[in-house]
Amino acid sequence: MDVIVDNFPAYLAGFSMTLRLTVVSGVIALIWGLVLAALRVSPITPLRAFSTVYVELLRNTPLTLVFFFLVFVAPQFGLLAPLGFWTAVIALSAYTSAFVCEAVRSGINSVGLGQAEAARAIGLTFGQTLSMVILPQAVRTVIPPLINVFIALAKNTSVASGFATVELMAAGRRLGTQNPAEIIPVLIGVACFYLLITIPAGISAGVIERKVAFAR
Amino acid sequence: MRIRPTGLVALLAVSALTLTACSSADDDAAEPDVADSSEVAEFPEGSTMATLAEAGEITVGTKFDQPLFGLVGPDGVPQGFDVEIAKIIAGALGIDEDGITWTETVSANRETFITSGQVDIVAATYTINDARKEIVAFAGPYYLAGQSILTLADNTDIEGPDDLAGKKVCTVSGSTPEANLLANYPDAEVVPFGTYSECLEPLRNGQVDAVSTDNVILAGFAADNDDLEVRGEPFTEEPYGIGVAKDDVAFRDWINDTLEASFEDGSWTAAWESTAGSVLPTPEPPAVDRY
Repeated sequence: MDVIVDNFPAYLAGFSMTLRLTVVSGVIALIWGLVLAALRVSPITPLRAFSTVYVELLRNTPLTLVFFFLVFVAPQFGLLAPLGFWTAVIALSAYTSAFVCEAVRSGINSVGLGQAEAARAIGLTFGQTLSMVILPQAVRTVIPPLINVFIALAKNTSVASGFATVELMAAGRRLGTQNPAEIIPVLIGVACFYLLITIPAGISAGVIERKVAFAR
Repeated sequence: MRIRPTGLVALLAVSALTLTACSSADDDAAEPDVADSSEVAEFPEGSTMATLAEAGEITVGTKFDQPLFGLVGPDGVPQGFDVEIAKIIAGALGIDEDGITWTETVSANRETFITSGQVDIVAATYTINDARKEIVAFAGPYYLAGQSILTLADNTDIEGPDDLAGKKVCTVSGSTPEANLLANYPDAEVVPFGTYSECLEPLRNGQVDAVSTDNVILAGFAADNDDLEVRGEPFTEEPYGIGVAKDDVAFRDWINDTLEASFEDGSWTAAWESTAGSVLPTPEPPAVDRY
């Protein structure tokens, strides 16, 4: 296990990249996912259709292919994303937002129809109904599945290691090359650093859930 | 669990058939080539050579995505110089091509596959170095490669590794060339991808300035693409060896003998010319390092 201690700076560098990817992609995915969910229940057919196609396309495509498209196919159409961090953020948030959308939509479906009818009855517009009445209730209901989506996102950042991003997984591979005798401790170290993100995320889900719980 | 009588009979029948098949295969191997059979008898009892020769089977780890050295085509059979070298070794054991099981070994799993016994030998552009010698043993080298640089043909800014400072250099995540760039050319910006072929599109787009790995791999790319060129002389030495279990000294010595014999009798040169020799000049065989 000395190999983990000796190479702590290398681990930390990879870990900080993984953490930044998770946080930045997570925030973007949350915002974009909420927008997609709103579009999916909107009364305007083209917006609804756009959101449906987007979600079905991204949710059913392997993340590696999303990366592949962004790095190798998009440039052929003149779309050149800067290699590394931002390419990874675009791919990860585009992919994760589809799952955020579906989680939020299930929350929207759980809000009683009477709530929307009452909101309309007192003269709120569709936007007001959604943002002031439906979404606040919907998001509270879906805290556990949303945290699941973000735990999956934290682990999915490892796909970026194959696409010009030196995060935890790529850092682990480098250490493995330098210490071929200790490849197993090196990988255990990598796993521990992922747990540093994912276990607190799981615990915070429980805390947040208790805080925002409401009687229905 | 109960075994039904019919099932048992079937099982026995299959075992009998297998046994017959084995013995007939042995006969085949012995009859047409007398030299082979006498060689098989020479192996010391209990040695790896004797075990493999008796089984008539060997499991070889090689790369499946390395043009010129080990590349699997649509037919599923790997081709290249590493593959030919493995065939020479298997042939000296009296094992023909049907008896070789090809297993994909990527750079990261080669040591593990050898120590766990999942492969008998590894021939996979496998650089002999001291860190690896602590876990596995190497016969050879059978070829001396060296790290080099590939750029677009019209890019004359880069002529050697010292020109890489401030440039984006594509290589494979977790590879020896990546480790070398990080250690010796810290001013170069390393852009790691999953495989070397994935570096070519970013190179053409201008997202990276160069690709760096062993010259033999780059020569393969340059030969297939007119817009790419290999720059300068190799700046490292990568002796490719055959990886075997660490404590199997007899097997390593025997492979060294076999390699030296192939240097002498021209089969090494023939193996080179039928594979990597299509784009690279034929080198002198290297001196085997019996460490």
